[in-house]
Amino acid sequence: MIVAEKKPMEEIISSLKNYQKILVAGCNECVTVCEAGGKKEVEILASALRIAYQNQGIKPRIDEVTLERQCDHQYLEEIRNMVDQYEVILSLACGAGVQFMAEKYHTTPVMPGVNTKFIGVTEERGVWSERCQACGHCILAETGGICPIARCSKRMLNGPCGGSSQGKCEINKELPCGWQLIIDRLKSLNQLDRYETIIPIKDWSTERSGGPRKVIREDVKL
Amino acid sequence: MPCTGRVDIIHILRAFEKGADGVSVVGCLEGECRFNSGNLRARERVRQAQKILEAVGTGGKRVRMFNLSSSEGPRFAGYMTEMTEQIREMGPNPMKLAGKAERREAAL
Repeated sequence: MIVAEKKPMEEIISSLKNYQKILVAGCNECVTVCEAGGKKEVEILASALRIAYQNQGIKPRIDEVTLERQCDHQYLEEIRNMVDQYEVILSLACGAGVQFMAEKYHTTPVMPGVNTKFIGVTEERGVWSERCQACGHCILAETGGICPIARCSKRMLNGPCGGSSQGKCEINKELPCGWQLIIDRLKSLNQLDRYETIIPIKDWSTERSGGPRKVIREDVKL
Repeated sequence: MPCTGRVDIIHILRAFEKGADGVSVVGCLEGECRFNSGNLRARERVRQAQKILEAVGTGGKRVRMFNLSSSEGPRFAGYMTEMTEQIREMGPNPMKLAGKAERREAAL
């Protein structure tokens, strides 16, 4: 899932200072799972904003909605009839959702309520960590199911580097060395011989450095 | 509520939105929760609510968590007296003061 983090309340209040009719829009997908922008977070943020405004003697109109997804036309359409009633939409979706909302409703400002961090997993409640950098060409089959692009700080294809010490990465003693994880995993799979295979230079054009990306599937297009 | 573990941040915020001057969350002693971690969860939520209330200008000290057992009546009374005095010192919910000022301006 896409992992996001709530923006500080002060930053949100400051970004909304010129508006009094606000729609706080949550998303039922990834940001709900990482507890940053789901229905519950929408309720809390809307309530906090009402208190902040009323503390200044302003009676705002702050309404709440949580869409199934903000990255799909069909769900964004659900608020078409309401949008004109607001001066601004505060979207708690990931960066993709905020942008799709802004693309759809061009005359209404859309503000982000979260910082989108990475594609990751829930390690335990309240702890999320990165697993994928969406490089566009998956090599997990060659590395025992552990990604050197996402898990190695240097994105090394043939590691580890000299900074790996006692299984940890040199940039942070708490951070496991991605290549140590790969070696340990290959050992448990009894496939350590695969570690000897040199992974060739990666074609980075499928990654973000090749410009904004698009997937077109003729077989599923309507 | 059967357990402070049911207390959510939104319950605390709604009380302030409706004009409460302060909120006391009273849970069982730490380590003695019948549901294992209800009061510990409440403690974290109270902390979050304090941060939010501080950020919106209401004041984080207006919400506090107290832990005691059900047989500690005098202690409960002591805590509530302490909380009441603290809130008196802080004054009413700023929202009420702002509302009054607005009404005065409208009347003039």
